[in-house]
Amino acid sequence: MSPLILAFVLVPFVIEAIWVFWPALQGFWLALTSWDGLSAPRFVGFGNFSDMVSDPIFRTALKNTAIWLVLFGGLSVVGGFGMALLLQKERRGVGIYRAALFTPVVFSLVVTALIWRVFYQPDGLVDTVFRSVGLGNFVRPWLADPDTALYAVIVPALWRQIGYVMVLYLAGLKAVDPALYEAAKVDGASAWQRTRYVTLPQLKGVNSVVLSVIVIDSLRSFDIVWSMTKGGPYHSSELLSTYMYSTAFQSTQLGYASALAVIIFLLALAVILGYLIRAFREEA
Amino acid sequence: MIRRIGYHTAMGLVSFLWVAPILWVVVISFRSFDDVAANGLGSLPHSFTFSTYKSAWEDADEFRALINSLLVTIPAVLLSLGLASVAAYGLARYNIPFRRTVLLLMLMGNLLPPQILLIPISRFVELIGYYDTLIALVAVHVGFGLGFYTFVLHGFMRDLPREIQEAATIDGAGPGRIYSAVILPLTRPALAALGALSFTWIFNDLLWSITVIRSGEKMPVTPALLGLQGLFVSSWNVIAAGTVIAAVPTVAVFLRFQKHFVGGLAIGAVK
Repeated sequence: MSPLILAFVLVPFVIEAIWVFWPALQGFWLALTSWDGLSAPRFVGFGNFSDMVSDPIFRTALKNTAIWLVLFGGLSVVGGFGMALLLQKERRGVGIYRAALFTPVVFSLVVTALIWRVFYQPDGLVDTVFRSVGLGNFVRPWLADPDTALYAVIVPALWRQIGYVMVLYLAGLKAVDPALYEAAKVDGASAWQRTRYVTLPQLKGVNSVVLSVIVIDSLRSFDIVWSMTKGGPYHSSELLSTYMYSTAFQSTQLGYASALAVIIFLLALAVILGYLIRAFREEA
Repeated sequence: MIRRIGYHTAMGLVSFLWVAPILWVVVISFRSFDDVAANGLGSLPHSFTFSTYKSAWEDADEFRALINSLLVTIPAVLLSLGLASVAAYGLARYNIPFRRTVLLLMLMGNLLPPQILLIPISRFVELIGYYDTLIALVAVHVGFGLGFYTFVLHGFMRDLPREIQEAATIDGAGPGRIYSAVILPLTRPALAALGALSFTWIFNDLLWSITVIRSGEKMPVTPALLGLQGLFVSSWNVIAAGTVIAAVPTVAVFLRFQKHFVGGLAIGAVK
């Protein structure tokens, strides 16, 4: 084995070890401590985790993360898949429609957040539209009302994610062998039957990729909530990721925050393992 | 015929609604403060001004923030793709012991939720004296991105025909020469896709910036944009201008590398 090749592999691996593997191990260890960042960390075993059980903010964050997973994840899959089906056939104009749905993906979530904050302002477009169609009693401070804050953040997140999921499905649909459709057509299958019995089974691989992406994205979601509400008002739009961040860097409870990060990791674990097993099989 | 008209009407409407928020914010960014105060953000414009852009660019120092972003993004993209491509080359073309384990470990590193890394990394950069520096931010992005880029490039290089490499070996080329003269040029499409993608990822990052950087004058443009809200409380026309400025670089990259960008997003979907 040439030393150059070994260096080619080892140098990047060591860099990743320093910046990812080693910190991750430390993160798991810190989750078992109580630490304010100044004095030495104190080992408390699973104390942080038992504290969570009686922490109402943790429970809100967990519940909101579940809502996020179902609404943000579910609707972006449904919307992205629907749009991909509608825009799958190459015909005039389709490129423009795809580009339009895809545009938000290019922006950062902070840009997305600011665009929509302008919308949700008291004199902004959302309220103006509601007033002009006679639904004035719907008008409210969308981001400052605990009842609506979480959902008011999900809308822009969806706006951006649907285009992304659409791209994944378009790529998957393109890879389906057209001969299968022809055969089904010859056998007299209707458009609906072709979708149900030809397209869907062929998309199994894409579905699992989309599902992994969605779950991991949902658990990681931070930017959009942080830029729109910081998890407020009264933690009503708090996700596990925002709660972890504010616990770590605003209240400097570093041990408890690490334990929250471990919970996020555990929730993502099934997806990570699934992804790795698939990758492993492919390499075999 | 009627079906076709219906289809285009419906899709045209959906597309319009989709881009309308962006257009609306662009319009607001050109309105004067008096106009917004008098007519509200929801109204049609009654004025046209560039002063909002001047405020965002100069008073809020978005210029410096943009420079910071580029100082982080460009080296981070080049370094991580450079390192990932040599790792992928070694793993894909040579019988290195435990190569599969190494590859999967590297991929796993990228799949980890970043939250588990935030506290240890902020402590680590403090320890080595690089807290609040752009270098630390570059290092974090390189370290965290490497795994995914290596995995994608490995898949790409693995499928290149063996014969090319054998021919080069017979001609007396060493591993380094084969990498630079044979493999790398053939990997260009994948590198372009990953390059366009990673540029937007790193440029758009918020979480790592606010974890590793503290001083306002060192903030990249994405976190600086959030700071704009505090500076121009409820001057939404200036904030809109700042938002437009912050979006321009990624839009430019997207327009230039459109095909690669979309192809990059779809990587992995067709497996």
